[in-house]
Amino acid sequence: MSDASSANTLPTYNIKVVKQFAIMTVVWGIVGMLVGVILAAELIWPNMNMGLPWLHFGRLRPLHTNAVIFAFGGCALFTSAYYVVQKTCQATLFMPRLAAFTFWGWQLVIVSAAITLPMGFTSTKEYAELEWPIDILITIVWVSYAIVFFGTIAKRQTSHIYVANWFFGAFILAVAMLHVVNSAAIPVSMFKSYSVYAGTIDAMVQWWYGHNAVGFFLTAGFLGMMYYFVPKQAGRPVYSYRLSIVHFWALVAIYIWAGPHHLHYTSLPDWAQSLGMVMSLILLAPSWGGMINGIMTLSGAWDKLRTDPTLRFLVVSLSFYGMSTFEGPMMAIKTVNALSHNTDWTIGHVHSGALGWVAMISIGSMYHLIPIIFEKPKMYSIKLINTHFWLATMGTVLYIASMWVNGLAQGLMWRAFNTDGTLTYTFAESIEASMPGYYVRLIGGGMFFFGMLVMAFNVWKTCRGPGISVPVDSQSATAA
Amino acid sequence: MSTFWSWWIIVITIVTNVGICWVLFSNRKVTVKELPKDGEVPTTGHVYDGIEEYDNPLPGWWFNMFVGTVIFAVIYLVLYPGMGNFPGVLGWTSEGQWQEQEKKAEDRFEAVYSTFEGLTIEELAVNPEAFKIGRRLFGNNCAVCHGSDGRGSYGFPNLTDGDWLYGGTPEAIGASITHGRSGMMPAWSAVIGEEGVNQVTEYLFKIGESEHDATLAAGGEKVFATFCAGCHGADGKGNQALGAPNLSDDIWLYGRSPELIRTTIRSGRQGLMPAQGEQLHESKIRLLTGYVYSLAHQ
Repeated sequence: MSDASSANTLPTYNIKVVKQFAIMTVVWGIVGMLVGVILAAELIWPNMNMGLPWLHFGRLRPLHTNAVIFAFGGCALFTSAYYVVQKTCQATLFMPRLAAFTFWGWQLVIVSAAITLPMGFTSTKEYAELEWPIDILITIVWVSYAIVFFGTIAKRQTSHIYVANWFFGAFILAVAMLHVVNSAAIPVSMFKSYSVYAGTIDAMVQWWYGHNAVGFFLTAGFLGMMYYFVPKQAGRPVYSYRLSIVHFWALVAIYIWAGPHHLHYTSLPDWAQSLGMVMSLILLAPSWGGMINGIMTLSGAWDKLRTDPTLRFLVVSLSFYGMSTFEGPMMAIKTVNALSHNTDWTIGHVHSGALGWVAMISIGSMYHLIPIIFEKPKMYSIKLINTHFWLATMGTVLYIASMWVNGLAQGLMWRAFNTDGTLTYTFAESIEASMPGYYVRLIGGGMFFFGMLVMAFNVWKTCRGPGISVPVDSQSATAA
Repeated sequence: MSTFWSWWIIVITIVTNVGICWVLFSNRKVTVKELPKDGEVPTTGHVYDGIEEYDNPLPGWWFNMFVGTVIFAVIYLVLYPGMGNFPGVLGWTSEGQWQEQEKKAEDRFEAVYSTFEGLTIEELAVNPEAFKIGRRLFGNNCAVCHGSDGRGSYGFPNLTDGDWLYGGTPEAIGASITHGRSGMMPAWSAVIGEEGVNQVTEYLFKIGESEHDATLAAGGEKVFATFCAGCHGADGKGNQALGAPNLSDDIWLYGRSPELIRTTIRSGRQGLMPAQGEQLHESKIRLLTGYVYSLAHQ
């Protein structure tokens, strides 16, 4: 490969912004999951907010989702996109000052969210609750991110663009479009605005955004991460180039259609519901393409799973990804949705994606990346990575299993009729039946959160530990 | 939907699905068909930061699953609405499905309700079978405001105490459920002033035979006669034709503390019992009436 001859002309990569985002990934992961654990407890003990409106479930819930998706997940995506695009394009980041701005700008967005959401400022759109001044800041940071990313691609020294960058690119472009269209609003004061859409159209735009926040932010972006860190950690070539082509184009073409499955049996016209359902079913194969390509990359290296907990994180995340992308199309079928909608099943489905896929692939990638960017020989403790792995896996399993049981129980109780046509159960009775599941969920979520604390300790000790003499850039050049 | 938008949906749906099928089929075969002798699958030749890519073919089962879901989509969109204005050959609509289920449920449950047709409300109130169904209907439809025991709460009348705003006869209860009730106490602060509010409040304690300020109550009596007696009656015992509550008893929907009573007089109150006639139909309302009647006659 021609790379060998150009190895001595490798640029000095911009690692500073990667390090900053990597550390904040761990920090925001802890914050977001702590809020999640508090919410799980409030569902068992509703008086836990001690009468304070700032700690009420209704205000903390959007803080939890925003913190986990956009603060934790967002920082993980910035970290990996900035690192991977440099390494696979053999080019330093385009406009380094703008890259530094994206870091501080994104942290400002997160801090603003952490202040305004508990105060009760909300646009009321799910996963897009932040009010218009923050929305504008997000847009500016995101456009800067796009300029840095695509500018780096443009000045690459490789002839082709690596598959991970296709996914990062699609994620950045689609999220910009989704955010701008869905957040379009008319401000009435500094912290209050109203959506420009109304009624059913507002609902459809919201779930076009909402489902593609899942599709592009939480799937395409993290598949980009997967396509770099899985082959790197396994030390094996990617399984199939053709599969990556097919599943990439199919994924980006089909995901954008799937939103209406959130609005089955509503005033959304029947044609839109049907299209949303069939497109969601077609989405199964493109989604699984990524899982197959990731897991099959391990063929010939399965033995490494016995000794390498980082690789275990990556592989188990792909398993959860495959499971939740099977569950998703099934839940999009109208008759299944009639049972699952509004139950805890949905919460379980979301968390098999958020904990099992998004968090675990990010955690695995960070364990791979942090020693490299901080120029350390390896993580401080491999044993603690293993401890974290089991806490995270068991926590996720407890979480989603309890929500499955709860979801099915609720769905079946709500549709149970007496012989005279009256409902067998009141709503409160279905809550009572859900209580055991709420306890199990709290335990599972608590384990996952505790695992993040173990990670923070490990990362802290790694960064404080002795370094290696060979600097990061020449080290990776010899590896290439 | 206009013809343009209908065709817009049809065209982009077809283009998207044909497009992904084209990508799928055009990548079906690998470039190198014969594997080298050592059995090692060739790579594409690209290397990115040390990562190579094998040129493995698409897994067969995955390919078939992909094609299968597209075929399912085509069949579904022929049968059901989806392609713009095309209604689908089955003629299915979600509204039609709902009406069909409604009809099925009505046919099935009408048999249960028709057995009670000949009974009067008073008879229904003591019929154990009717009582059981009535209690369930109450739990589904009424308990959210009036409480599962029918004892109400702040702003929602207690149905068990025999004190009725609009009357406790079977006919009156049935009418309340079928057509709903809209209670309206006007705000008086602009008319009688703060002094009048205080005076009337003391007067109400007087007719309720509670501790009160005699001077204020005397003034309140005059204000009451002018402004309040029209609805609540000269003796304050209320008027069921208007839904005006009896003010001389111990039952206070919006609280009986001096401050709460002053708030009621100052700002008025609005109560709304929603009409259930459309939703529950006559046969169910009769059983419900019998149940509510029985609550006050236990």
